[in-house]
Amino acid sequence: MAVRKSTSKPNISPDELLKYYKDMLMIRRFEEKAGQLYGMGLIGGFCHLYIGQEAVVVGLEAAAEEGDKRITSYRDHGHMLAAGMNPDGVMAELTGRVGGYSKGKGGSMHMFSKEKHFYGGHGIVAAQVPLGAGLAFADLYKENGRVTFTYFGDGAANQGQVYETFNMAALWELPVIFVIENNQYAMGTSQRRSTSSPDIYTRGAAFGIPGEAVDGMDVLSVKEAGDRAVNHCRSGKGPYILEVKTYRYRGHSMSDPAKYRTREEVQKMREERDAIEHVRSLLLTGKHASEDDLKAIDKEVKAIVNASADFAKESPEPDLDELWTDIYA
Amino acid sequence: MAIQILMPALSPTMEEGTLAKWLVKEGDTVASGDIIAEIETDKATMEFEAVDDGIIGKLLIAEGTEAVQVNAPIAVLLEEGESSDTMDIDVPAVFTRPVSSQVSKIELAPSAPASATIPAIISVPSGPDWPDETPVKQQSVREALRDAMIEEMTSDPTVYLMGEEVGEYQGAYKVSQGLLEKFGNKRVIDTPITEHGFAGIAVGAAFGGLRPIVEFMTFNFAMQAMDQIINSAAKTLYMSGGQMGAPMVFRGPNGAAARVGAQHSQDFAAWFAQIPGLKVAMPYSASDAKGLLKTAIRDPNPVIFLENEILYGRNFDVPIMDNFTVPFGRARIWREGSDVTIVSFGIGMQHALEAGEKLLADGIVAEVIDLRTLRPIDYDTVIASVKKTNRCVTVEEGFPVGSIGNHLSSVIMERAFDYLDAPVINCTGKDVPMPYAANLEKLALVTSDQVVAAVKSVTYR
Repeated sequence: MAVRKSTSKPNISPDELLKYYKDMLMIRRFEEKAGQLYGMGLIGGFCHLYIGQEAVVVGLEAAAEEGDKRITSYRDHGHMLAAGMNPDGVMAELTGRVGGYSKGKGGSMHMFSKEKHFYGGHGIVAAQVPLGAGLAFADLYKENGRVTFTYFGDGAANQGQVYETFNMAALWELPVIFVIENNQYAMGTSQRRSTSSPDIYTRGAAFGIPGEAVDGMDVLSVKEAGDRAVNHCRSGKGPYILEVKTYRYRGHSMSDPAKYRTREEVQKMREERDAIEHVRSLLLTGKHASEDDLKAIDKEVKAIVNASADFAKESPEPDLDELWTDIYA
Repeated sequence: MAIQILMPALSPTMEEGTLAKWLVKEGDTVASGDIIAEIETDKATMEFEAVDDGIIGKLLIAEGTEAVQVNAPIAVLLEEGESSDTMDIDVPAVFTRPVSSQVSKIELAPSAPASATIPAIISVPSGPDWPDETPVKQQSVREALRDAMIEEMTSDPTVYLMGEEVGEYQGAYKVSQGLLEKFGNKRVIDTPITEHGFAGIAVGAAFGGLRPIVEFMTFNFAMQAMDQIINSAAKTLYMSGGQMGAPMVFRGPNGAAARVGAQHSQDFAAWFAQIPGLKVAMPYSASDAKGLLKTAIRDPNPVIFLENEILYGRNFDVPIMDNFTVPFGRARIWREGSDVTIVSFGIGMQHALEAGEKLLADGIVAEVIDLRTLRPIDYDTVIASVKKTNRCVTVEEGFPVGSIGNHLSSVIMERAFDYLDAPVINCTGKDVPMPYAANLEKLALVTSDQVVAAVKSVTYR
């Protein structure tokens, strides 16, 4: 992977590093629990897990300021947790209960939080790309200095509307960061089989949008690149592209047997490149935390996730009258 | 041999125009390709070139003349040696009409037979949507739409307009004329030709707290943006449990214009009317165009606003009053009657009203209802009318399968079955892609004669 490695890490304090660890772990444990609930039939339909990609959203959220917006695809649980949304509300939406962020009417792929500036959760591949540019358009119109993180995958990067959006975002200098989460597989089709360019961010050059590839298994690299992107956007220079090279350990969705890649390939990533293990070793070798400290964090995270699962099971299904609400404002 | 230079048709729907300026004078020698006049259509000022070489013998129409009909002789071109004195050319009166007519006049579609005229004044028993004694002015649908946007953009700074050619070009159909100058390029935004992209950006901007008006140059091009309209704009309020939606308007001409073929001639009313989360308005008159568009811009939901190119230039009474709006979901009864209910909307109203007039000759008094909005639909007005007349004919330009008429028939059957003395008949466009050939196009479109025949059938005449 032609990616920029994080070279200097002096700006990251031990506390921040601990927070990254905890936030990434939260996503992983949450997703493992979601997988478990899916297996039990408590979560239905499509459920796309984020396991393996945690460093992407945690690193970029560390670069965001209050009021910045984010929007993504259907693989959205990690983004919501990283944005500070309540795990109870996310899990209860997965189980289709009234305590969910959309009162059970959106599901795994369609969740939103105006309070946390999270604009979905979109089920149509790449539809969120112009939408994200539109959020940035509104911010530029209001001149409020906010930026929008618009996440999409390597698969979405082949949709035409992405390039329609690149053109207008560059033309109108919209404060939008296009984050291409390249997990190397568009469902079951590898990047090699679907995408003409090995580095997708280079496509921005055609529109005059600067960009870079980032090691998405290293949260510090992601944070550092996120800072560059945010500075660029917030200073009024228009859009920026981050192609974050990452990897999903699980199938595309819960129903994907993932026969398109070898078990060894996945195992190798888990063993050699895991983002959480990476931070864990940084914490331990830097003596910023002891094994016991980390165990305590693990325990705390597990308790939050278990509580969210309990909440999601106990929260009632929406009232039948909810069928007819929220169609019109 | 002297050649008559005729008033040119400079757009698919142009019927008349203004001879704005002569760039030649009598006696001038012109060559093929020379610009000889400026002609103002309802859309733009166009330069008009000479086709033949010769000498301008006579200018038949003075510059500044308005409402010069297409194909009227406007000048005579002489060959070398010919004299204009030998020419005796009068402009037939039929080619011009007074422009400052105070009489409400509803004109005919280009395809309608010239003899079928509609009386100047149509009684409107359900009353227009403004108080008695309110002064009115004659205004085209185009101007009414423009005024609605100006008024709403003036009162709400979050309202902005985006689309192809809406700014510097002044609108492909001149609906946004003057808006760029008035509001600047922050609020009147020319987009690249990229419907899917800019529709998505507008939906995102609506999520972000703005109130976009998206102009599609025609709704045929909105097909490129269908996913953003349906999946993003219409459904997000529901999917977010009421947290966020898309307060915005998608507007532009819909339906057949004239002679533009299959890909540019389709009525999408029934498509959009199917989608929960959207509202759909389809005005016929100028006052409805204005009042409904203002309501649409203020509505907190995504509104599909279906205009019609042929209607853009038609003049109607528009009230002179502040804050004039027309509510969604309230039909207008244009003509009261007791023998049959004719329900239509948009340009279909032209055929419905024409048919209502023709039927008088047979002693059939039709009640003609304009739905005005298709989501919500004012079922109650239709049902009440059918209970009175016991017969119903629906009229629309769109395709027959899954049409608005189909839907109304079903509702009427459910709610007024015992009142029906005949099956409901749906008059629609034919079930074919729009042909280009003039005669075939005419055959494909719904006509007032088709409506008359349907009414005679349901009244067993």
